[in-house]
This record gives sequence, structure tokens and C-alpha cells, in this order.
Amino acid sequence: MQLTRRNAILMGAGAALAAGLPFSVVAATGEEAIAAFTGGAEVGEGDIKLTAPEIAENGNTVPIEVSSDTATEIMVLALGNPTPAVATFKYGPLSASRTASTRIRLAGTQDVMAIAKLADGTFVKASSTVKVTIGGCGG
Amino acid sequence: MTSRRDFLQTSMAASALLGASGFGQWGRIAAQQTLTQDQLLQFETFGNVSLIHITDIHAQLKPIYFREPSVNLGVGKNKGEVPHVTGADFRRLYGIEDGSRSHYALSSGDFTALAEGYGRVGGLDRVATVINHIRSERPDALLLDGGDTWHGSYTCHHTQGQDMVDVMNKLKPDAMTFHWEFTLGSERVQEIVEGLPFAALGQNIFDAEWDEPAELFPPYKFFERGGVKIAVIGQAFPYMPIANPGWMFPEYAFGIRDENMQKMVDQARAEGAELVVCLSHNGFDVDKKMAGIVKGLDVILSGHTHDALPEPVLVGDTIIVASGSNGKFVSRVDLDVRDGRLMGFRHKLIPIFSDVITPDAEVSAAIDEVRAPYEDALSEVIGKTDSLLYRRGNFNGTWDDVICDALISEREAEIALSPGVRWGPSILPGGDITREDLWNVTSMSYGEAYRTEMTGEYLHVVLEDVADNLFNPDPYYQQGGDMVRTGGLGYRIDISKPQGQRISEMTLLKTGEKIDPAKTYQVAGWASVNEGTEGPKIWDVLESHIRKQGTVSADPNTSVEVVGY
Repeated sequence: MQLTRRNAILMGAGAALAAGLPFSVVAATGEEAIAAFTGGAEVGEGDIKLTAPEIAENGNTVPIEVSSDTATEIMVLALGNPTPAVATFKYGPLSASRTASTRIRLAGTQDVMAIAKLADGTFVKASSTVKVTIGGCGG
Repeated sequence: MTSRRDFLQTSMAASALLGASGFGQWGRIAAQQTLTQDQLLQFETFGNVSLIHITDIHAQLKPIYFREPSVNLGVGKNKGEVPHVTGADFRRLYGIEDGSRSHYALSSGDFTALAEGYGRVGGLDRVATVINHIRSERPDALLLDGGDTWHGSYTCHHTQGQDMVDVMNKLKPDAMTFHWEFTLGSERVQEIVEGLPFAALGQNIFDAEWDEPAELFPPYKFFERGGVKIAVIGQAFPYMPIANPGWMFPEYAFGIRDENMQKMVDQARAEGAELVVCLSHNGFDVDKKMAGIVKGLDVILSGHTHDALPEPVLVGDTIIVASGSNGKFVSRVDLDVRDGRLMGFRHKLIPIFSDVITPDAEVSAAIDEVRAPYEDALSEVIGKTDSLLYRRGNFNGTWDDVICDALISEREAEIALSPGVRWGPSILPGGDITREDLWNVTSMSYGEAYRTEMTGEYLHVVLEDVADNLFNPDPYYQQGGDMVRTGGLGYRIDISKPQGQRISEMTLLKTGEKIDPAKTYQVAGWASVNEGTEGPKIWDVLESHIRKQGTVSADPNTSVEVVGY
């Protein structure tokens, strides 16, 4: 699987703006990226959904989806990657849906995390362990 | 059925005359039993809907012996829960008498003696008789095939699954889902599926490029039976491109996708479904977890992990039915559906005792026909065994011990690796090993027996990786097979530890030395999921080895020390 226009279409469909890797220089760790995003505010549970496979079929291109009803921004982190920040999606008040799908590369088995900044200014998170395996033999 | 019963008793009396050789106390108890087809099929029809479930046939058209596992350990919440209960513990749990037909069919222990008494199991012509009988009582019963049907034998390999397709079509299934079928390659799968006279279902079969539902495999299908609107949702094996070679079907992506399953259940209910059945190839523990997450599934017909349970397991309001493998069982589930909901059920796991159940003549003829061109090759005797050859068990089986021996000697390796698959019938001590028998335990579309160098460190990574597929406490991270079998290599495994810490004490058995992480070892194996793997076919390696041996033996395998359960 190669990165193609497919990713661009997906992001467009989610009416989202991918802000690239805003923390890649200043935030080397997941914790630093989270701190920069939240400004140190408490991160609870709530209106954020992360869909990711339990076991990646191909660690180089793992499909994930984030969605929320009230988020203004959603940051995606691959906490086990050398550069944990993946993307931040921003939604304006006229966004029809606050959803984004993309594919990410995972260096190995790790937690993928989505943190949403909600319209009321609070932060919520969801995370999911994605296993990257060398493959084996089923029954 | 008098003649068949007489046959069974006669054959056992004849064995008894030979004295105690391999014919223990349970054999005598068996001889006193009168087992009839009517008893096996006895069922008081209940409610208004009948489901017939068969799964994981692995292309076993003919009757076979199949020994159930004596080691099948559960972890996390499933520790000590069925199907992770074996042997005598299993019999105590279900009140099954030692030496009874259920002992023989469902559990390990005294297998050889009981096999000599009760005979072979399975055979799709016998399965046909059972299905026809259920249909005589409930003409509109739904027949659902859980998959792993078009894989696992000499004839299936040589006809690219056509033998199984032809014979199964005679049984007239209503729907099917998939796993090993995809190892025929996506082109062949598409060719067969497009011609199937029944539904090919999989809510979790997606287009890999677009991550959208694959058009060839609808998520569910509606059936109107007994005045009830039934939705059958398919759930294919979630980890196909990981556990099997994804390069053979690159167009498809899978996964559990329980959120999409919920969506499909809700959609089917909104469209008027009064009963929602999931035809699953998840494996039992995954199905149990899914039943607790997805709301609105009435019945899960569970496949993949080859478990045979005499009673359904209930999770909330969901009934989970496990119907064994290799054509050994058929489950009948009668349901009372009223006012748009399931009010009750009656279930029977029917063991296919092939000496007791009369074969269906039409299906017998169809089986003979597909086998005829290959009969000489199939029946050629390659050697004999003086041990019981079987596969099931978390860590080893005697068949795999023989395969590992073959890899080490034929491929001149120090260490052999053999995949922890759960298919493959058993052979009784003293029995001939035919070419068909070899293919029954090795047949696949990627059977190259490779020889490669691995460092001790990498071998450790491999064992840890496979162990986590089996012993991760979260079933959603399990792939459902058994531990990779090792030849020439011993180890200790603590199944309670996390990945990376389970495997220790790796030992090269030849010298008794500890495996050195930095040292390179000559390793032979087969069934690599990597594209471009080279080597002779495993069945040829095995045939050559057994011919040289004449008679094979498998001593008790003590090379794996298991702790933490």
C-alpha cells in the first residue's frame, strides 16, 4: 500500500484540516506533545472515539479513524513511534462531521491515542493498543 | 440400523479376542453400549426455527479419527473456562461418563482404546444423512457453514477446492463464511464465490485499498423461516493477512470490526429482523468477548478454534454454539422466536459416528466421483506408525513431532519449526500411513519447507510473538492457533507473563546447550507467510522421511516446560 491521493480524499471527506506534524520539532515525546496540545489541562474521558485494528495487518499502513460530536481539534499520537505526533485535525463551527480517517505507520506494538479539544474547552482522550506482529499460523 | 450396530459390536468383539493389546477397560464398556443412529439423531423438535451448524471441515470428505486436545490453556478471564477444560476435567464438568461415546467424541484420554471401539468419525455423506434427518423434521432448517471448508486435503489441493464445493453444494447450505478459503488466492475465491448457490457472508471482509465493505461478500442475508425474519451476519476470520499469507489476497482487509458488527445488527433489526444469528470464524474466546460488546446478537455459531461443546455458552442474552471440526460434529439449534424475540432454545451437538450413521447414497457417490481420479495416489501406503499420531494440543502433538523430525533430517537442520494449526486427523498405533494421511496434516497452498539461518535472539522473538497470539489475556489480540511446534529446541514458557517475558531456558536439544542469542542456527520450517519462500513441499519432505523410517514412532515430548497456569 502506498500513500496516494486516497489519503487526501479521506481527509477532505472528513472536512478536516490536517495540520501536519506541529510538534515534531519541539515535542519529541508523547507527553510533551500532549502537554503542548492541552496546555497542561486535565484530560478526561468522553466525546472522542478512536477506531483502530487490534492487530495491524501491515504495520506500515494502519487504518485509523477518529470521531467526535463536539471537538474543535483532535490530535492523534502513536506513542511508541520515534516521533509520536501523527496529525491534528481541526474543525470549524460549520463542519458537517467531526471525523477523520487516515493511515499511519507504526514502528511496533504500541498505544495509539486520540485527544480531542471540545467546544467547551475541555480535553478528552481515547486510546487503543495496536499490535504489530511478525505473523504466524492460524487454526 | 441393526446391521450397523451389529457391525460395531462385532468389530469390537473381534478386537477383544485379540486380548488386551491396545484395548483397555473403556473399550469393554463401549462394547456394552448400543449406539444407534436414532439415538444420535433423537431430538424433540422445538420452537419454530432450526439452525444446523457445521464448521472447520478442512476438506475431510471421508471418515477419520480425530483426537481432541489434552492441553488447551485459557488465560485472563478465560482461565479454567470452556473450551479451556480438557480430558477428565471436561467430562466431570459436563457429567460425561468415562468410556462413553461422549468421552470419545468430545474429550481426550484413552483415545486409542475408545477409537478401536467406537470407530471413525465424520464423513460428509454421514453429515448429509444427519442434515436430511433434521430437514425431515424441520424442512426449512437453515444450514450454515462456518468456513475452513475448501482447505485441507490432497483432493482439495489438486482441485483448488472444487471437490469441496461440489460436495457441499449437495448439502445445500444457506450461507457460509471464510478463513483458509482465501489461501486459494483471491482470484480463485472470487471465481468460486461468484458461482455459489448460497450466500457468502462477511461483515468484516473489506476492500484493502478503500477500507470499505468488499462487494463480493455481503455483511448479512435475510431468511424467512417458520414465519420468522432471520438475519444471518457473517464474520470471517479476522486475522487472515497476518496468520496466513496476505500476499495471496492483497485486495482484502479483515479485522474484528465489532463496531461495524453492531452497525449491521442495528441495521438488520431496523429492517425487521426478529432473530439475528452471527455465523462466525472468530474463534471461541473472541466470540465470547464480542458477545459482551455487540448488543442484539441472539446466536453466535462459533468456528475457527475447533472446540466442540455439548452445551452452548451464554453471554448475556447471546447463545454461543461451538461445533468442532473436521466433519466430526453437526450442531442442531432449535429456537422459539415469538413477538420479535428469542424466547428459548434447544441444542444438540451431534457426533458423526461413521460406523453408526448410514451414509447418504447420493453424497457418497459424489465423494467417490471427486476422489476417483486421485484414488491411486491417495491410497498408496508410505509407511506405518507404532504411535498414535495426532495434532491438537497447545504446545505439541505427535504428528508435528514426526514432521519436525522430517524437517531436521531431510533438510539437515538443527532446529525445526512447524505451524500451530489445529487441523489434521489422527492415526491409530499400528496403522498404515497413506499419502492421503500426509496431505491431511500438511496440505496448503504455501507448503514450501524452507531452510534458513536464525540467530538465537530471533528464535526467541519468534516464540514470543507466537506465544502472544495464543496467550495474550485479551482475546481480541489472539489469533486462535496453537504454539509453533519446535523440533530440536526445548524451552520453558510462563503463560501468565506479558510478551517478551514468557519464553526462557531455550535449549538446543542435540547438545543440551543453552541457545546463544548471538549465535546462528540452521532452522527448517514450513508454511511461511512470506512471499517468495523457497524449498521442497512439506508433504514431499515428510513422505521421503517416512519411507526411510518405514515405521515412525513418537515418544512423549517433554521439550516444553509450561508454567503459570
